[in-house]
Amino acid sequence: MSEIKTEFYKRNAAKAIKDPVLQHALSDVQNRLGPATALAYKNLPEGMALRQKAHEIRQFAINHLDILLETLVKKIRDRGGTVYFARDAADATSYCLKVAKENQIKMVVKGKSMVTEEIGLNKILEANQIEVNETDLGEYIIQLAGETPSHIIAPAIHKTRKEVAQLFTQKLGIPYCEDPPVLTQAARKTLRKKFLAADMGLSGCNLACAETGHITTVSNEGNIRMSTTMPKVHMAFMGMERVVARLEDHDALFRLLSRGAAAQNMAGYVSYIGGPRTEDQLDGPDQFHLVILDNGRSRILADPEFREILLCIRCAACLNVCPAYGKIGGHSYGYPYSGPIGAVITPLFVGVNRAKDLCCGEPLCGACKEACPVDIDLPRMLLGLRAKLAEGDPKWGVTQANSMEKIAFQIWSLIIRNRRVYDLALKTGSLIQKLLPKKNGMITTMPFIFKGWTQSRDIKPLARSSFLTQWKNRENKP
Amino acid sequence: MDKNKPVTLFIQCLVDSLYPEVGENMVQVFEKLGISVDIPLDQTCCGQPAFNSGYRREATTAAKRFIEIFESAKIIVCPSGSCVDMVKHQYPGLFKDGSLWQNRAKAVSAKIFELTQYLVDVLGVEDVGATFNGKVTYHDSCHLLRNLGVADQPRKLIANVKDIQLVEMADSEKCCGFGGTFSVKYPDISTAILEEKVDNIIATGADAVVGCDVSCLMNIQGMLNRRNSSIKSLHIAQILAG
Repeated sequence: MSEIKTEFYKRNAAKAIKDPVLQHALSDVQNRLGPATALAYKNLPEGMALRQKAHEIRQFAINHLDILLETLVKKIRDRGGTVYFARDAADATSYCLKVAKENQIKMVVKGKSMVTEEIGLNKILEANQIEVNETDLGEYIIQLAGETPSHIIAPAIHKTRKEVAQLFTQKLGIPYCEDPPVLTQAARKTLRKKFLAADMGLSGCNLACAETGHITTVSNEGNIRMSTTMPKVHMAFMGMERVVARLEDHDALFRLLSRGAAAQNMAGYVSYIGGPRTEDQLDGPDQFHLVILDNGRSRILADPEFREILLCIRCAACLNVCPAYGKIGGHSYGYPYSGPIGAVITPLFVGVNRAKDLCCGEPLCGACKEACPVDIDLPRMLLGLRAKLAEGDPKWGVTQANSMEKIAFQIWSLIIRNRRVYDLALKTGSLIQKLLPKKNGMITTMPFIFKGWTQSRDIKPLARSSFLTQWKNRENKP
Repeated sequence: MDKNKPVTLFIQCLVDSLYPEVGENMVQVFEKLGISVDIPLDQTCCGQPAFNSGYRREATTAAKRFIEIFESAKIIVCPSGSCVDMVKHQYPGLFKDGSLWQNRAKAVSAKIFELTQYLVDVLGVEDVGATFNGKVTYHDSCHLLRNLGVADQPRKLIANVKDIQLVEMADSEKCCGFGGTFSVKYPDISTAILEEKVDNIIATGADAVVGCDVSCLMNIQGMLNRRNSSIKSLHIAQILAG
């Protein structure tokens, strides 16, 4: 499985904020895609209502997941495809390895897939002497650099043109050049050889369809189509939630997915794959394997509070509007899924305590919900996770995260229960604040937990007398 | 709707303790419109700080108290979008479905309004006869904008103030980085978001930034002061009372 570094959220965030190159890249991607996606939704013939329709489609699919998966699987098996249900990451990767060994696979080409990042597939294949080639340009760049994706659909946004030029000179042996077409051509040339030589193709699955028994992949570079049709074995990985009932549902969802991901009306390449090559077909793999991954999803499905997160189609629209993601970037989240979707799903996958900073470390502004093409209420679930951390929850194995904070809020709730006690607390506060340093009438340094505030800003002191005290005095006057 | 119907004011805790002048100005706005106000003297806090930090039991204590104090009111008006959002959208969920407390919560949530929402949408007032000499820019607070859908109402009210000039900042709908306890627990991230907001405010050349939530304004004012900027941060009631 993927390495989990969620504990370092704060530290990595602080580092990311100080990296001017990353800051420039993040604001560029957000300024480019955030408003463009909002406009693309607005320009839909159905308008914003299509998002609610898509929400219902996904909700229906999640509520009938057992039937839909069974229908999908039967159709694929009838066409000669193999389907494997993987319980967890280890189960999925060992199945892949088993098939690779049976077919004496030496080299694989891979279309971009977040679920294979989740299970840490590349490392395991490489450890077994199988050459792995990422073929999405962004993924290829970060693979050459030995890094991980920092954005769900734009994995290399943290890298500058200069860095890519240096990397290609070093790894591909081309003369130094910063021109994107030249760099793309160099990658294309190298990858073309890999496509022709690879004996296995790996891909993800954007969405499957139960009615027709297909999986669907979308890309803008055509690389997934090459990866899934040229090698003799194709293995696709899908999260078990990525299915809808009817082909008609794909229409709404792919129009929204393309808009959410890249403000496009439709991605450049959309492929429907339902099994291996048939005898009358010239292209396509001899074997088609579909790995349907659970890896914690059943547990989410069983909880009505968080089930809604399974509606997600991983378009990354929420990353492009999130003020926190826009400053800290994808690597800070310490797991393949970043931004608001990562802040909700990663704690549910790896443990809420372990990933507590992910669900507490954003200002709850709600921009993500508005940007989501399937209208997922991400803020509601962030609040739900915080409630688990506050009280603990044995069902999810969550222990109370901060007993001091709990005590503080208990005291707070005693104070606010009685106006006289409340006034006394305000009075005490206004006496204490006399000791604190001030500038232009504002406090410049706060003690204890409040010192985070005055790290970068001042704060207005408590008023000499509260509004309600003033009002009471005014009312009492004859 | 009876335009002179008395209103009950819920004074956000931050207004009460840090910005009493905002409460005073809100009262003046209503007095100017000939509307009498009632202000329950034992009110404290709606419970949002506890709720947003996950402490639902403590938030429920605050909610019950709020309901007891305000359920006899006909109309509740509050100078904060995020407190109204808390009462309107979160209170009912704190109680068991179909319970008596939930019904009481729903009854209260149906009659609470944010100040500009009440003035423009309910009373149909877009000009309160105020004057302000200067250039201002408006910051959209997150919960007010996204959860209550309030964006045009304050802008209309500002536009009708005599001698005022309203200039839009870049990304006015972007968060200021406050986020309640988030701002002290994750100061680096909060600061980075705030820096961008403050840069955008300064770039407008405005004399003041105006908003409908003192929590955001307190955050913004904190950094403006740290940067020795002369730009004021003002609650909309402070403009409308002028």
